[in-house]
Amino acid sequence: MGKILRRSFLIGSTAIAGGVAFGYWSYKNPHPNPLQKSLNPDQTSLTPYVLIDQSGITIIAPRAEMGQGVHTTLAALVAEELDVALKDVNIIHGPASKAYYNAAILKEGISKPSTDVSKGAERQRAFMDIPAKFLGMQVTGGSTSIPDAYTKMRKAGAAARIALIKAAAKEWNEKPSTLKTANGHVIAPDGRTLSYQELAPLARSIKLPRNPALKPKSAWKILGKSQRRHDIVGKSTGTALYSMDVRLPDMVYATVKMNPHIDAGMKSFNADHARTMAGVQKIVALDNGIAVIANNSWNAFRAANEVDCDWEPAAYHTSSEEIEKSILNSFAADFKDSQFKNEGNVTKIFEETRSGENTLLEGTYKVPYLAHATMEPMNAVAHLRDGKLDIWVGTQLPTQVVKEAEAITKLKEKNITVHTTYMGGGFGRRAEMDFVIQAIKIAKIMEGTPVKLVWSREEDMRHDVYRPAAMAKFKAVTKDGKISAIDLQVSASSVVDSQMGRIGISIPGPDSTIAQSAWDQPYAIPNYRVTAYKAPIMLPVGSWRSVGASQNAFFQETMLDEIATAGGMDPIAMRLAMINHEPSYKVVETVSKLSNWDKPLPAGQARGMAFCLSFGVPVAQVIEIEQTPDGLKLAKIFAAVDVGTALDPANIRAQVKSAIIYGLSAAIMGEITIADGQVEQSNFHDYDAMRLYQVPAMEVAILENNPHIHGIGEPGLPPIAPALGNAIFALTGERIRALPMNKSITFI
Amino acid sequence: MKLTINGKNYKISAEPETPLLWVLRDEIGLTGTKYGCGIAMCGACTVHVDGQPVRSCSLPLDQVEGEITTIEGLGTPEALNIIQQTWIDHQVAQCGYCQSGQVMSAAALLSTIDTPTDKDIDEAMSGNLCRCGTYPRIRAAIHDAASKLKDA
Repeated sequence: MGKILRRSFLIGSTAIAGGVAFGYWSYKNPHPNPLQKSLNPDQTSLTPYVLIDQSGITIIAPRAEMGQGVHTTLAALVAEELDVALKDVNIIHGPASKAYYNAAILKEGISKPSTDVSKGAERQRAFMDIPAKFLGMQVTGGSTSIPDAYTKMRKAGAAARIALIKAAAKEWNEKPSTLKTANGHVIAPDGRTLSYQELAPLARSIKLPRNPALKPKSAWKILGKSQRRHDIVGKSTGTALYSMDVRLPDMVYATVKMNPHIDAGMKSFNADHARTMAGVQKIVALDNGIAVIANNSWNAFRAANEVDCDWEPAAYHTSSEEIEKSILNSFAADFKDSQFKNEGNVTKIFEETRSGENTLLEGTYKVPYLAHATMEPMNAVAHLRDGKLDIWVGTQLPTQVVKEAEAITKLKEKNITVHTTYMGGGFGRRAEMDFVIQAIKIAKIMEGTPVKLVWSREEDMRHDVYRPAAMAKFKAVTKDGKISAIDLQVSASSVVDSQMGRIGISIPGPDSTIAQSAWDQPYAIPNYRVTAYKAPIMLPVGSWRSVGASQNAFFQETMLDEIATAGGMDPIAMRLAMINHEPSYKVVETVSKLSNWDKPLPAGQARGMAFCLSFGVPVAQVIEIEQTPDGLKLAKIFAAVDVGTALDPANIRAQVKSAIIYGLSAAIMGEITIADGQVEQSNFHDYDAMRLYQVPAMEVAILENNPHIHGIGEPGLPPIAPALGNAIFALTGERIRALPMNKSITFI
Repeated sequence: MKLTINGKNYKISAEPETPLLWVLRDEIGLTGTKYGCGIAMCGACTVHVDGQPVRSCSLPLDQVEGEITTIEGLGTPEALNIIQQTWIDHQVAQCGYCQSGQVMSAAALLSTIDTPTDKDIDEAMSGNLCRCGTYPRIRAAIHDAASKLKDA
């Protein structure tokens, strides 16, 4: 999920989007601990993140585990301060609750770039906790899980440890200051020990310190070191539980067939034949299509194929060409959304350039819609009976699942239980509620019987919320081997309007994701203007790993390469000369050394580089490519990233490589197209992704010069497309201005 | 219809054209084998039939000839197969959804070629999609598993 809040957000207002009113008093009052609601007598919950009973210590890691390793790292934050080994704790996602709201999700939406750590900027960021708390969204997205949890989950561990020490002190009649902890035990000066399990019931009545001291980094035993993933055994043996794998007694299996003209309705349907098919129990109209309920998923799938539906036409343009025209036509005053950067006097420089003594460059770029294509298609299990609803779902937004369930079932929140399972990929797709709403509605139709709803891959591909198609135009002037002016304009549908609109929240003002990583890059260019235009929403769009940065880095960094090569400048030297942010400078310098940038490659090989700062993380990448008789081969990739504080180096490297490969799939072959108002792609044969044989060796350097800690699920992605395009130009002289690249280049 | 799966015999009453994948998942409850595409393009549903890797999403029940091994039959958390142990040692999985299929394809490869080259791995594993991009660790784990299997 991207940034929810725009820079124009009304800071300090008493009413905000979604109709939430708040005041300072209730802000200071913490959300209640949701674990207290359902404790067994032998269970103790010292904070919303720590649950202790006779079976051991459980840490609540209340963010979506969709592959990014977040459960392990979040638990490590608590374990470090609680003084328990990570291998000795159980880790669960826990309940859906406002207590687990994401306080960091709004911080990037402030009116300052992430490179600005002045007092004013920091005050604005701190203030964003207030609306975040009142929105109360337990959301995984925007690479915020770690920055959000970094202090609060360590404090939760530290507070629980202090309570356990005080309980032991009382028991032994010792001073707390004389007691130590190690491996889940409190230790007395004479060597006696009590386990946390033994102490937990005694600690219940002890008031937790509000602001416990935290260990200095130098004392860390777990954090800063690569950990074994908590989920690794389950995921290597087929025993990890995804919502797709949930089985309940007497469960029935459902699927849906939705109007391929996305969001348009259905005039009528005929299921006479389908109803006679094997295993079919029920076929019903459901929103913009039909649902089939059967005795297994496959019988549901094949019956759905046999239902004849008369669809309403699409409300958006019916071809990719028309959509592209609409994006292009949006480069107009009426569609202007933001101009966060306007330094110097760009217009004046362009007027002066007509004299012809300086170099003027112009270009247009475009990228297509993209699907998320998670490995696990959308699905959920729901069971409505006896005035209670249970729902098992892989979701990035569990608190919204509760809201949707309340609206559909009219049940009270206390009767709705969300079981958030592991997710077979998320990338932003599982922040959506479409499939969840369907599962609850079908459970209501089938009241008393548990229902598993599974989308076919085809429905999943054709009913995504896509990364917007986008375009950019630039003009640049160079003088004496330096950039004197850049005018960059970008146009795309608004992810924020589309995505937040679907959950009933509307936010006034510009959508900073349209210009994300275009306006806020740490380049000192004397005349520099970035304008974003908001194209109409055509296909529904959503947060797709790295959101606006996924297209804007391609625009910005291809443009800089064009400028560099036209002016005979070295792309790295040119960037180093104008970067005005130390951590960014260091990642470029590091990747330059790591890749031996200055050492020429043999004939038939070339390299390209790109940089992007997104979600607070500067990332520089170099890719080496090689021409072979079978096509272009990716030979080696180097990356340098700066997350501020690296909590789990192996996991950070894995995330950077993961983002690079996800980005390469998009850059090389990713494209969703529209014909007759429908998405043309339907499965992995026509929307493929990188395969093992196409992926080269990669080296990732992790730096820690950034003043704040940042998340790394997304920032590795944006630079790879422009780095590859720039390498192709270096090798062949062909400039890639549109994605995907396989339209003009043959890859191995 | 009778099937032998992981050494156990099952009597299946599903329609004969039902793909093996859905028999395993919905009829028997062996959910380690995953649904990803339904058209043999992603490999998440890979199982072994008489040791050969097969995309179970595209194999109708009435065409199954031989003994079936699924990820659950390869090893369990309590009794790991060497390949699964190597997958753990290399911290291969991210979201993990494709990994049952990856492990089954790797196991089939290692049962036919004891020391696979990178090219062998490229060929044997190209049918298994991973959207998280765990490929570099998959490659390393297969090489490592090959040497461990030789020592075993």
